[in-house]
Amino acid sequence: MDRFAHRAANLLVGNPAIDATLECTLKGPHLVATHNLLVAVTGADLDPRLNGSPAPMWTGFLVTGGDRLTFEGRRLGARAYIAVAGGFLGDRWLGSASTYVLVGRGGLAGRALKAGDSISLAHDPVSQVPGRELDRDLRPDYSDHTLYAIPGPHIRRLDGEGRHTLFGGEFRVSHQSNRMGYRLEGATLAMSGDEVLSFGLAVGAVQVPSGGQPILLMADHQTAGGYPVPAVVASASLPVAAQLAPGDEVRFAEVSVEKAVELRSAALRVLEALRA
Amino acid sequence: MPAPPSKKPRAPRVRIHPLGDSALLAELGTKLDTALNTRAIALADNLKKRRDVRQAVAATAGVTVHFDPDLVTITALGAAIKRLATKRPPVAEPGRLHRIPVAYDGEDLADAAATLGLSSERVIELHTRPIYRVFLVGFVPGWAYLGPLPEELELPRRSVPRTLVPAGAVAIAGRQTGIYPLATPGGWHLIGRTTVKTFLPNSDPPCLFRAGDRVKFFAAPTG
Repeated sequence: MDRFAHRAANLLVGNPAIDATLECTLKGPHLVATHNLLVAVTGADLDPRLNGSPAPMWTGFLVTGGDRLTFEGRRLGARAYIAVAGGFLGDRWLGSASTYVLVGRGGLAGRALKAGDSISLAHDPVSQVPGRELDRDLRPDYSDHTLYAIPGPHIRRLDGEGRHTLFGGEFRVSHQSNRMGYRLEGATLAMSGDEVLSFGLAVGAVQVPSGGQPILLMADHQTAGGYPVPAVVASASLPVAAQLAPGDEVRFAEVSVEKAVELRSAALRVLEALRA
Repeated sequence: MPAPPSKKPRAPRVRIHPLGDSALLAELGTKLDTALNTRAIALADNLKKRRDVRQAVAATAGVTVHFDPDLVTITALGAAIKRLATKRPPVAEPGRLHRIPVAYDGEDLADAAATLGLSSERVIELHTRPIYRVFLVGFVPGWAYLGPLPEELELPRRSVPRTLVPAGAVAIAGRQTGIYPLATPGGWHLIGRTTVKTFLPNSDPPCLFRAGDRVKFFAAPTG
């Protein structure tokens, strides 16, 4: 979901950015190292601890066999990412090791991890050097729930007032939310016009069914749909969107495509600098 | 002042809409139409050859293009798409034909027939008559939008979607029909079931149907 945190975690331990990491939603696991490892934890602050003492975030650190990595509770954000040098080994499906629970493929037997599982490394570690760190000023600000969004194909189906509600109104992430998408509560959007023919969707699309409650599509979104899409969240804001939990307030700020591309490039440069 | 009459037949007007900063929707039209769909599939195939295009998804009457904003701007790609779309698409080879056995014992068959003012037998006869076209593959893995459905069978979606539709259910809604590939929620009217697997997790792509394929249903006692 939070590709920035996922990639950063990999780069901090010297992995290729696309290695498999562990995504931990709202609650973190209790992990025991079976041997010496270089580890990084990024994304949500779930209060990570190494043998009970606070563990650093956005920083590569060493653990030795028998060490325990635990998480005490959620302080900020929704999803933490754990990377180890060497990457986690997962089943690959359609070129990805991601777990896709709906069809039971990828990751570890296509399911969420559970107590007692053991996870292997995918390859020999490239680096064993701890201390690589992402500067505090360069870490995403997960506390600011303003998502930049670009007007979408059906923006003209909203009248002036509707557009004002979309870009400026307050929404709340409902409890009917998962990796496919978030239902947003609060303001409703009245879309005019005929039914839309189904078309290919993209992550970040805000789709509005006839009831007017928007749905923000996330990583596991359906690939096609027939609801109007008045806005699409900018790539640079998707990490913040990925860190929203049910009950969180969220709002959209309108940006141009050009501005969104600039923001995206800036985030990619931050990751590129970690590669060095 | 009226526009001067143009001598050349017009290619469909293409509208380019941004779909975020890394994707766009090229809209060729707004109708469920085989000719538009053929153009959309040809355009998507053409776009897949470009280095700056990551994926091009043909839909009923448009193409969603995922591109790399580091390699091309949306303006430049949009202009290229408009040029490509003026080309007459090559004469499409007929898509592969799939014959699908259906046990017409769906939970909604009697209700749907009553709403339509038809007998269940007539619904089955009408549903098995056309060779449907695969307009779009998507939604969940294995799902394909098939159509057009005969006008006599046109129904709005159920007012309350089911929370769980079994895999293999054959359903209708609007001018379209489809087969549920997985047990998922669904708002279409269930008229039958088939044992044919449309989601093939061990194949790549993992779907039986491809856009442009043809599908013919026939009644079989066990689906």
